[in-house]
Amino acid sequence: MEKFETLNALVCPLDRSNVDTDAIIPKQYLKSVKRTGFGPNLFDDWRYLDPGEPGMDHSRRRVNPDFVLNQPRYEGARILLARKNFGCGSSREHAVWALSNYGFRVVIAPSFADIFFNNSFKNGLLPLILDEAIVDQLFREAEATPGYRLTVDLQAQTVVTPSGASFPFQVDPFRRHCLLNGLDDIGLTLQHGEDIRAYEARRRTEAPWLF
Amino acid sequence: MTAKTLYDKLWDAHVVRTEEDGTALLYIDRHLVHEVTSPQAFEGLRLTGRKPWRSHSVVAVPDHNVPTRDRDQGIADPVSRTQVETLQQNVRHFGLTFFPMGDIRQGIVHVIGPEQGATLPGMTVVCGDSHTSTHGAFGALSMGIGTSEVEHVLATQCLLQKKMKSMLISVDGQVGPGVTAKDIVLAIIGEIGTAGGTGYAIEFGGDAIRALSMEGRMTVCNMAIEAGARAGMVAVDDTTIDYVKGRPFAPKGAYWHQAVAAWRELHSDPDARFDRVVHIDAASIEPQVTWGTSPEMVLPVSGKVPNPDEVTDEVKANGMRRALEYMGLTAGMPVSDITVDKIFIGSCTNARLEDIRAAAEVVKGRRVAGNVKLAMVVPGSGLVKQQAEAEGLDRIFLDAGFEWREPGCSMCLAMNADRLEPGERCASTSNRNFESRQGLGGRTHLVSPAMAAAAAVTGRFADVRELN
Ligand code: SF4
Repeated sequence: MEKFETLNALVCPLDRSNVDTDAIIPKQYLKSVKRTGFGPNLFDDWRYLDPGEPGMDHSRRRVNPDFVLNQPRYEGARILLARKNFGCGSSREHAVWALSNYGFRVVIAPSFADIFFNNSFKNGLLPLILDEAIVDQLFREAEATPGYRLTVDLQAQTVVTPSGASFPFQVDPFRRHCLLNGLDDIGLTLQHGEDIRAYEARRRTEAPWLF
Repeated sequence: MTAKTLYDKLWDAHVVRTEEDGTALLYIDRHLVHEVTSPQAFEGLRLTGRKPWRSHSVVAVPDHNVPTRDRDQGIADPVSRTQVETLQQNVRHFGLTFFPMGDIRQGIVHVIGPEQGATLPGMTVVCGDSHTSTHGAFGALSMGIGTSEVEHVLATQCLLQKKMKSMLISVDGQVGPGVTAKDIVLAIIGEIGTAGGTGYAIEFGGDAIRALSMEGRMTVCNMAIEAGARAGMVAVDDTTIDYVKGRPFAPKGAYWHQAVAAWRELHSDPDARFDRVVHIDAASIEPQVTWGTSPEMVLPVSGKVPNPDEVTDEVKANGMRRALEYMGLTAGMPVSDITVDKIFIGSCTNARLEDIRAAAEVVKGRRVAGNVKLAMVVPGSGLVKQQAEAEGLDRIFLDAGFEWREPGCSMCLAMNADRLEPGERCASTSNRNFESRQGLGGRTHLVSPAMAAAAAVTGRFADVRELN
């Protein structure tokens, strides 16, 4: 997993709440058996005017000029700003892969759905929670200021605006540690193989019908 | 000893170890696998040379992509076919239990787990699918996980997790006639919102929940995720134990008696404390119909489509305006005047025998209305289909003009050929009414099987209680 330390990047404001994972990556693209290649289909139904299917040349499709991601001023954005309950619905990790394949490394919102939140950390995407009032302020600034960038410092746990205002954010210490060091969960868990075996031995006597 | 909630008991029984910050390694008893969220996890195992920790705990089935008719011709869409074949290769390679297409036991993963007794009370159950919350109906701790976690559980038999907060939703009293488990859960979501359960494990209790069959409890727990909760659960009672008894994977002989004794403990202690308690009056619940693009946008069938101009929260009002536009509805319109184009009775929410019986009862002796282009029933599993046919339910539907299909997810998410065309309006017994969920530009209204049947025969959202 790619390490995450600090990021200074362009912000794209997506002014919608309850953005669900069906919207982030529509079902027809879930048929892939890979983890990559989802970038062109991020927000597919909103981004293009014509229906998309896997295997198409997406660069030739008709884009929806009104959709925020298609506006030239947000090209190259790596921070997505969104409203509450981002990532609700289906557990598809493809939603996180699509966001990171596209180039996003941070999503800032007042709240996230649990499974999406969890999936993000496993893929080096930082779901960052800020108060609704602060998110509101960031929306106003991002929309009013072309080239609006934020600095996200995971070590210091702050988001810094161009004018120097700094907002602290919370992140689980274990997840932060894994992100900062690019650590893989499975390797870490397997270090506790003895504990897992001991648990199984005990459980086998308590609840033998489970084995 | 301090009083414990059901969630506390399930959690405590599965903790392998806990880190200082509270992150626990939680042991997983049952791992259900389907074709959409598993290929990248199996690939991960192969790339790192890892093996499944306990292959015996895994049950795999294709459901999302499978066609619901002309199965003898295989899967026409090459991309879908690859995904189903990939699952087949993976289960063979790793030696896992598998119910392929054509096996009578094949069906939607959340229908077949309980049906086979692969889901048992007291278990931890995971699946790379958010509706895994369904299995909590058995007094199990069941959660949807992402693909990285699928790989993690395959490799280690454990899930890294922090304990969630606990919520009790008590549905007090009894529902009136014509009001089903689906209406109860939609009313709950309408009350607490789609993010109301975020960060919580929800226990559903109260007399109205106790009175439900296992099928009904599964319907309620299924949609816990639509209220934002990863896990929903119901305490074990005789209804649970009677359902499990004799199922293929259920314990037998001495183990059965030992298991039942343990399962009897699977309820919250009388003075257990919850972080949040919500009371819902069962008698006030009417048949429900969603009007928008989020399950919380729901109304009683006697209601009228709401007006965003009457809402003060601007973000919310804008969301409502977008939903009204997408759904092609105007504020103030009575729900019962909304006409439909298609009917879908199916999905892991409502494709069990009881659901199909309830719909058949309404359809019996009637015909699908002229304005309905397609009405279909997609049973949740091969066994549900077989049983329904043995009861003659397929004839009732076919005689009325419905289609009777093979089991799978089908138009719940339209990954196979079953889908809505742009602008088409559907009465659906599934669980998500998101934009384009059932096909690009499709308009979904979530309802119970009986209400879907009523919509089929009247061509609009008629109150099923008024059909005689
Ligand atoms: S029926 Fe629908 S919600 Fe259930 S598992 Fe299949 S796609 Fe998911």
